[in-house]
Amino acid sequence: MAKATFVVPALRQYPQVPAVTPGTMAHSAPFVAKPEFQAPLGFPGELADDWQAQAIAKMGELLGKYRSLRVYMDSCVKCGACTDKCHYFLGTKDPKNMPVGRQDLMRGVYRRYFTLAGRIAPKLVGATDFTKEVLDDWYSYFHQCSQCRRCSVFCPYGIDTAEISMAAREIMDSIGVGQKYCNEIIGKVYTIGNNLGLPGPALRDTLEGLEEDVYDETGVKVRYPIDQVGADILLVTPSADFFAEPHVDGLIGYGKVFHEAGVSWTLSSYASEAANFGMFIGSYENMRRISLRIREEAIRLKVKRIIFGECGHAWRVAYSFLNTLAGPWDFLDSRYPVPQHICEFTYDLIQQGKLTFDKTQNDDKILTYHDSCNVARGSRMGDQPGGQFDIPRAIIKAVCNQFYDMDEDTIRKRTFCCGGGGGLLTDDLMELRVKGAQPRVEALNNVMQEKGVTHMAAICAICKSQFTKVLPYYGMEMDQIVSLHQLVSNAIVLTPREDDEDDEDDDDSQALDDDDSESVDEAA
Amino acid sequence: MADTIDVNGKQIAVDEEGYLANLNDWEPGVAEVMSKQDNIELTDEHWDIIKFLREYYEEYQIAPAVRVLTKAVGKKMGKDKGNSKYLYSLFPYGPAKQACRFAGLPKPTGCV
Repeated sequence: MAKATFVVPALRQYPQVPAVTPGTMAHSAPFVAKPEFQAPLGFPGELADDWQAQAIAKMGELLGKYRSLRVYMDSCVKCGACTDKCHYFLGTKDPKNMPVGRQDLMRGVYRRYFTLAGRIAPKLVGATDFTKEVLDDWYSYFHQCSQCRRCSVFCPYGIDTAEISMAAREIMDSIGVGQKYCNEIIGKVYTIGNNLGLPGPALRDTLEGLEEDVYDETGVKVRYPIDQVGADILLVTPSADFFAEPHVDGLIGYGKVFHEAGVSWTLSSYASEAANFGMFIGSYENMRRISLRIREEAIRLKVKRIIFGECGHAWRVAYSFLNTLAGPWDFLDSRYPVPQHICEFTYDLIQQGKLTFDKTQNDDKILTYHDSCNVARGSRMGDQPGGQFDIPRAIIKAVCNQFYDMDEDTIRKRTFCCGGGGGLLTDDLMELRVKGAQPRVEALNNVMQEKGVTHMAAICAICKSQFTKVLPYYGMEMDQIVSLHQLVSNAIVLTPREDDEDDEDDDDSQALDDDDSESVDEAA
Repeated sequence: MADTIDVNGKQIAVDEEGYLANLNDWEPGVAEVMSKQDNIELTDEHWDIIKFLREYYEEYQIAPAVRVLTKAVGKKMGKDKGNSKYLYSLFPYGPAKQACRFAGLPKPTGCV
């Protein structure tokens, strides 16, 4: 772990609302996107002389397009209900990280240019000119919001700070002030197919390795197919599932579940990304372009169903917007939800008694579950209200003997963000990420102390990477965060098939000194 | 972060996160200088991993997945070393990011 150059917040037995300390995070801002990362997304490369007029025009456009934005700007009564609800405020003490403080950054500009009182007597109504200083504040603090929507649960008017942050980022992108992390990544989806930039050959090499590993471990041939025309199911999963730990252990689990279900499935090298960072930057156009790749592949591969892997905001985009972004989906099998979550798929099989588990395989762990914000507050699962909370927990309880929830104020619809969501999972925001994780880690620590919990499961690639990085700052181990389907993978009893014994020919994985590399099919 | 690093008197450009601006600029001295900045003494084990990263990148145009890397390390150095913990003991900032930087690979981006 890197040495912290800032003070890591303390973990306490009972949460405390910190005393307000203005400006503690004024220095925090992510790297700005260079022109070459802006252009592929349709954004200008840098600020023009008339940026202020452009920004105000863009704001006017958004206010007209999104009625919600105008309502959010107008309806705050400064009741204070949101002030102690944001994990970034609780972790940083900076009042501009209070949801109302963040909203007011935009509200001041809105009042100045879009309300009568603000045009005539700006000072009386808290209206502010859109100066460069205000723009810098926007860039800093709208990149200290993970768009987790926890504050909106407590707002009596339902003001959604996430949408305000998205609008602010869209306005900034439209005048050439983009964030490097998000915009570079979206460009990679367009050119290569996924956030990580994993080309087809690398995906195939990784998947072949997984097949070998699972066979070595279990003696059962579980397949991890890619680009298979005619498969029934297209699995769309975050590219971190191929690349990182513990993500990949979840991917191994999906394959085992499909194996036991006896269905044919495939991944795609073209639509090799579930994540959709277009949402983080509030860009409908980019969100749509990313989503359309999934549609194109579903058609090309002639699949009947689409299932999403463990990715929080991907599920929000898929569950809430996929139909309008990339539908209609009338060519898919209408007997199944479009799209379906891997947890729904696994849960269904459990309900039907089609999966056998040896729960003792997870007896070395005592589990808790972290509700990822976009699943908890941006979507649903199954056909019952609250399914997005109950289904993952039901799966964990089906595969593990020991499970305890964290404090009820920190789970389900009140869940705390991991601290790295919404396009903030970048090293240049590490201080923010560590401090923003404090409320979640505090609740985790308490359930570790009180119930002996050892591991926390999640169904979001961002959450998994974020905890892997930040838990060590709090004196915990990076591998205390696990994938939900990693637990399924550990416990599932695999059924051998007839061809499991025959060939022994695929022991060709690369070793460090292996220089006779195999030939690679370059078609992607 | 400086925009260049001094490698045996040669100025080599790096980006704001310390990764090489031009991947072709890599030479062993780059890894030496970068590791010194991070207070790491490069051992043969470090070099084995740097070499593997570069070979893998040459073939696939991307850093290897963590599991691909740990498996290769396990085969070369013994099963007890084929895991992330061992890699983190060599590269405390993470094998994917720190080791890639030393090896002159681009930074892996995304939800990692």
